[in-house]
Amino acid sequence: MSAGIDLENVCCDFGSFRAVDNANVSIKPGEFFSFLGPSGCGKTTILRMISGFIEPTQGAIKIGGKDMRGQRPNQRPTALIFQNLALFPLMPIWENITFGLEVRGVDKTTRRKKAEELLKLVDLPGAADKMVSQLSGGQKQRVAIARALAVEPAVMLLDEPLSALDLKLRQHMRAELRAIQKRTGVTFIYITHDQGEALAMSDRVGVMSQGRIQQIADPRDIYNNPVNGFVASFVGENNIFEGTAGTASEGMAGFDTAFGGFRARLSPEAAGKAVKLYVRPEHTVLTAKAATENSVPVTVSEVSFEGAFIAVHATSEQGKTITAEIRNDGSATVPEVGAKLHASFDAARAALLPDANVRG
Amino acid sequence: MQDLLRRYGPGLTGLICLLVAFWLVMLVILPNITLFEQSFRPYLPVVDVGGPRDTYSFNNYLKVLDGSTETSLFGVAFTIPVHVKTFFQTIWYSMVVTIICFALAYPLAYYMAKVVAPKTVPTLLLLLFVPLWVSEVLRAFAWWIILAFKGPLNALLQGVGLIEDPIRWTNMGYTGVMVGLVYTYVLFMLFPIYNAVSSLDTNQIEAADDLGASWWRIHWRIVLPHAKPGIASGSVMVFMLSAGSLLVPSILGSTTSQWFTQTIDQWFKDALDWNTASAYAFLLLILCTVFVSVAMKLFKVKLSDIAK
Repeated sequence: MSAGIDLENVCCDFGSFRAVDNANVSIKPGEFFSFLGPSGCGKTTILRMISGFIEPTQGAIKIGGKDMRGQRPNQRPTALIFQNLALFPLMPIWENITFGLEVRGVDKTTRRKKAEELLKLVDLPGAADKMVSQLSGGQKQRVAIARALAVEPAVMLLDEPLSALDLKLRQHMRAELRAIQKRTGVTFIYITHDQGEALAMSDRVGVMSQGRIQQIADPRDIYNNPVNGFVASFVGENNIFEGTAGTASEGMAGFDTAFGGFRARLSPEAAGKAVKLYVRPEHTVLTAKAATENSVPVTVSEVSFEGAFIAVHATSEQGKTITAEIRNDGSATVPEVGAKLHASFDAARAALLPDANVRG
Repeated sequence: MQDLLRRYGPGLTGLICLLVAFWLVMLVILPNITLFEQSFRPYLPVVDVGGPRDTYSFNNYLKVLDGSTETSLFGVAFTIPVHVKTFFQTIWYSMVVTIICFALAYPLAYYMAKVVAPKTVPTLLLLLFVPLWVSEVLRAFAWWIILAFKGPLNALLQGVGLIEDPIRWTNMGYTGVMVGLVYTYVLFMLFPIYNAVSSLDTNQIEAADDLGASWWRIHWRIVLPHAKPGIASGSVMVFMLSAGSLLVPSILGSTTSQWFTQTIDQWFKDALDWNTASAYAFLLLILCTVFVSVAMKLFKVKLSDIAK
């Protein structure tokens, strides 16, 4: 069983501070949806509103089409996984997992059986009688997931549950979470400030800043076609140029900068707004000869080896640092520091984007 | 010890040790040993002290079994030594005081630790502390006035219309003593519980709520188990202090109430029999300790939990 969630014009004020401003999202049943944003952007507030710990100041939250206003957390078909997991340290694992069933009056033998089943599902068999303090970080994670799944929620809400784990385990748990979500078919709403996590796991991502949802799209779209500068910067690196845009034709527009005239994509929504040019380092190339367009003469100032790729930082005559990333596939030639080259990028790979959508 | 020496040097360390030793030996161990030794000797005229009749025995302790009185419990009548009855009443009413203190302190502690905004907690603590600045004697007398036949409590209850005739509160068995003891010792219950509940991660309460638990189940399964060490140390303190209190039962006691400490006091001051008085005092100490240990076993509380 899973349910969709609709946020309709949802606002949340804390005193004079607006934590969430006019959020509109329609999350499909069985979807893995992430809210991505820096701390203080309102994503946790959204999660707490869905789970029922906070009531929205305005707007409606619907779960499975049913308005949740006035419903207490324990009346909603949601299960929340807390950032610090909030397992009950004084209960053995199996009682932790089946606490939600105990509340519903399920008898002990059934609960015990259910606990064993769920422990198998989260790949932690044989831990039923252990205490929370005996488990490692990743195992606690699994117990928290099992505890939430035990009440058979229509929606699982996850508040940065992986943030306390080390990198290796985090990457492993990403795949695990995704697999559990596919197996159970429950709608997952995932909160994170880690763009890698959001992009890797989600069906769709909602990027947030300053209480507003900036963009809702699938991970590829978020990365490849960000709607504004905030999204572009938050989900990856960019070389950013300031300047003034000309009029658009067929989605492309000229862009006058201190480095000369550039050409890049300009969406109809961005037309007429103040824009900056954003281009990803991996779409920036360094060549000996100047390219026909979007080309800046530069001197290589630093080469940093990152493993899978090599980041080359180069400085233009005006003192601007431009970064190009070269895939470390063995064939690429890595420029020397001090080499005089030309940085250029394909006009179709660069976008003219307005700043973040914030309250004026 | 090494740490102390390194930090403060030999002079200051020596002084600290000396003061601690003085406190322990002169103010705690010696007086108690003296009383303990006396408790095994008979009460004799001065000329006989140290004479052939001055021998060690358990006679003083066995005096507690002297003199029987008729009493009834749950409708069953039986005879019981009068001082044993006093002892059981002291234990029983100390338990009642402990339970009442818990019933009052737990909701307040939870409210202070989890419900109220953190910035108002200092104000609340101050309000709770203010009565402690007044001497215990004055507080007991204050309650004596409040509970008096023509006192403010009766006036209030009559004014509101709850009662028609004033009630003799201070002459209703242990009522006055209960009120006084609860008032005097409730904070000893409040603070350990407050500390324990404060250390509970609020997310656990929310997690239980989110999983569908009702408020009483959240308390029963999450908050109470977490606060158990605090409740235990609060209970031990309130129980021991109540059982050992002399002042409150003396001031607020009625003609039908008798506290074991009052019996001890009578042996000391009225009978001038310090030997028997000492024996009674150690009896109270030992039996209360045994009682508390049994209660801790029963509630599965370890001594190390309480020390926290």
